[in-house]
Amino acid sequence: MNFPDDLKYSKDHEWIRVEDNVAYVGISDFAQKELGDIVYVEVETVEEELDQNEVFGTVEAVKTVSDLFMPISGKIIAFNDDLTGEPELVNSAPYEKGWMIKIEMKDPSEIESLMSAEAYKEMVGA
Amino acid sequence: MMDLKKVTLNEIHEQLGAKMVDFAGFYMPVRYSSDKAEHLAVREGVGVFDVSHMGEFMLRGEKALDLIQYVSSNDAAKLTDGKVQYSCLPNEEGGIVDDLLIYRMSATEYMLVVNASNIEKDWNWISSHNTFGVEMENISDQISLLAVQGPKATEALQPLTDAKLADIPYYSFVKGTFAGVPDVIISSTGYTGAGGFELYIPNEQAEKVWHHIFEVGKPYNIQPIGLGARDTLRLEMGYCLYGNDIDDVTSPLEAGLSWITKFNKDFINAENLKKQKETGIAKKLVGFVLEEGGVPRRGYDIEDASGQKIGQVTSGTMSPSMNKGIGMGYVNKPYAKVDTEIFINIRGKQKKATIVKLPIYKKIEE
Repeated sequence: MNFPDDLKYSKDHEWIRVEDNVAYVGISDFAQKELGDIVYVEVETVEEELDQNEVFGTVEAVKTVSDLFMPISGKIIAFNDDLTGEPELVNSAPYEKGWMIKIEMKDPSEIESLMSAEAYKEMVGA
Repeated sequence: MMDLKKVTLNEIHEQLGAKMVDFAGFYMPVRYSSDKAEHLAVREGVGVFDVSHMGEFMLRGEKALDLIQYVSSNDAAKLTDGKVQYSCLPNEEGGIVDDLLIYRMSATEYMLVVNASNIEKDWNWISSHNTFGVEMENISDQISLLAVQGPKATEALQPLTDAKLADIPYYSFVKGTFAGVPDVIISSTGYTGAGGFELYIPNEQAEKVWHHIFEVGKPYNIQPIGLGARDTLRLEMGYCLYGNDIDDVTSPLEAGLSWITKFNKDFINAENLKKQKETGIAKKLVGFVLEEGGVPRRGYDIEDASGQKIGQVTSGTMSPSMNKGIGMGYVNKPYAKVDTEIFINIRGKQKKATIVKLPIYKKIEE
C-alpha cells in the first residue's frame, strides 16, 4: 500500500494535500482497499463552510455507505466532477485523479493535528 | 459461534486471493479482484462461480411427483426427463419456505436444488409432508456446483464434453461425461441472465473439473467470479433472492411469482393463495431504475412525490452494466405500474426513480 510522505492523514482515513492556502482532500489507499469498488461519491456541500470532523459527503462502495469527514475546517470550493462519471478513480488513483474536494482552509494550524504518513501507516497496521 | 463450512475448492479460492466471507454458514469467495470487473466478465465473456453451498435433495419413488406437486407451487407434472423447473415452496401462512429448481431425472427420480441458507429448513419441511413414502436423500455435502456463465460459456466449454452444448435448451439438462468425469449434470440454467451452464459434480472430481474449465477457458479470458458479482448480475435481471425479496412472510403472488403458482393442482396453502389472487394483492414487487445519482439499498423507504411512504426497497445496488442505481422493492399496488415515478429516500433525501419492466437491464439487441 502506498502512503505518500508529502500528505497528512486523518484517523477517518482522509488524506490532505496543502497547496498554499487551499487543500485537496481524498481517502487513503488503505480506505479504498477496505471499501472495495467505489460506485458513487456524493458531495452536496460545495460552497459551505464546515468545521474539522464534520461530514462533507458520502462514499458508496458495492455493499457499504461511509461518511466523509473534513480533516480540517474550511470552505469547500470544489468537488472533483470526474468522480461523477468515474467513481472508480478513487480506487485506481486515490491520491491523484481520485481527489474528492478542494478546501479553502480556515486555520492552517489545524494541519498539525493530523498524522504523518509514518504515523498513519502505523495506525492502519500497514 | 457455529463453525463455517468450507466448500471442496476452498483452497483454490484462497490461493486465487479471494476475499472469503460467511455466507449462509459457508466460507465463500465474495470477490477475487473487483466486483465490477467480475460482473462485466460474465456479461461480456465467461466466468465461473463456485456455488457448492447450494443444497441438493434426491427424491425417488413412484410417488415422488405427488410429493413435489403437494409441496411446490409450480406444476411439476409438466416436466419431462431432462427438464428443469423454477418453483417455490409455499408455507401455510401465505409466505414462502424457499424458492428452488426441480430437475426431472426420470418419472420416479427428481433432484431439488435449494438455497444454502434453507437446506435444513427445506429438508424438515418436505420430510414433514412426506406421507407418500418417497425416498429422500440429502446429497448437499457430496456435490460441488460450478456455474459457468456468460455469452462465451457454450463455446468455451464445448471441448470438455461430447454433449452438444448449443443444443441444450434453456432450463434443460443432460447427464454426461464432462472433463473426463462421468455423470456430470450439465444444466442450461443460471442466476445471471448471461447464459451458460451449471455443472453438478461429485466433490472428489471438482478440482479436476475446475482446472479443465480454466484451461479451455483461457482463450476466452475466463475469470473466477465471487458472490458480490453474482448479486449484481441477478439483480440486473430482477431475479428474487431468498431472504431479501422473498421470505417466510412474502406472498408469491405479491412477489410476482404467479407464473409459477398453478391452481390446476392441489398444494400447500393453494386455497388461500387462490383467494388472494381473486381478491387482489395489496402490494407488488417491482424493479426500478434511479434517475439521479445514488445507490438504493435494502431497507430504504420508497415514497411518492409528497414524501408519503408507499413501499420499501428489498434489494438495491449500483448496476455495473448500466452505471445507474437499480433495485427491487414492494410498493402499494396503485404505484406498481411500469413507468410510474417513485422516490427512494436515500438517507433523508428523495431521489427520483422509475418503475421498469423486468429484466431491469435490457441487453441491446444485436
